[in-house]
Amino acid sequence: MELSYDIGGGDFVNAGRASSAVKGILKQLNISAVLIKRVVIALYEAEVNVAAHASAGKISVSITKDVIRINIRDKGPGIADIELAMQEGYSTASKEVREMGFGAGMGLPNIRKNSDTFNISSTPGEGTELEIINRLSN
Amino acid sequence: MKLKEVIGSLDLEVFYVSNPEGKTVSGGYVSDLLSDVMGNAEKNEVWITMQSHMNVVAIASLKELSAVIFVGGIEPAEAVVRKAEEEGIALLGTKLPTFSIAGRLYQLLER
Ligand SMILES: Nc1ncnc2c1ncn2[C@@H]1O[C@H](COP(=O)(O)OP(=O)(O)O)[C@@H](O)[C@H]1O
Ligand SMILES: [Mg+2]
Repeated sequence: MELSYDIGGGDFVNAGRASSAVKGILKQLNISAVLIKRVVIALYEAEVNVAAHASAGKISVSITKDVIRINIRDKGPGIADIELAMQEGYSTASKEVREMGFGAGMGLPNIRKNSDTFNISSTPGEGTELEIINRLSN
Repeated sequence: MKLKEVIGSLDLEVFYVSNPEGKTVSGGYVSDLLSDVMGNAEKNEVWITMQSHMNVVAIASLKELSAVIFVGGIEPAEAVVRKAEEEGIALLGTKLPTFSIAGRLYQLLER
């Protein structure tokens, strides 16, 4: 099954829509609650990062009998130092975003924690791409 | 414990609730950091917070929390309440600060 969603930069009102839709579909597919939880945490944080840090993003979700593969690609400033960005607590979020309770620098670490395989690549000035893979069997 | 009993015992203000007799409260989670709640709160917990915007409802729904309690007399905007209605998320309030309401909820659930 292939699904895709758009996310707008700065659009916090709609952040979480894709996570919610994907969660509903995974439930219908009788995927285990533990796995759904992991996928939802990772996807939500990725959505919020597009809203908080980029200008537009596209999510593609592919579900097979073996694996849930999510790709999030955005246009935006990109990340110059990925190792630094991956550190717990590191954040460049604006004051407004932090006041909303986002910008704790826990997003990327939480995505990694909740992925079986996590890949991140970025071209500064162009954008960022994440791949979040979770396997159905263990 | 049922949400109805929590609302009554802690004298919470109700901005929106549906079926409080049917909802179970298994614990509480206290945080104003959304990633913390997203990553660590568990299903059927009550979230105590001073954040009151739209994304709070989205997270409560994604995490299947029993309710959100806004502290210190904070009232959610109308659009936030409407979203809670759509998602079936109970929004509650208290005049008490975080420490006091968390303490009371803890005591109630441990009884
Ligand atoms: N999609 C993105 N585009 C540009 N920068 C990003 C993106 N995602 C993350 N970053 C950078 O990595 C940092 C850490 O991200 P994260 O761990 O999610 O924390 P937070 O979003 O709370 O700042 C961000 O503050 C930002 O500098
Ligand atoms: Mg983030």
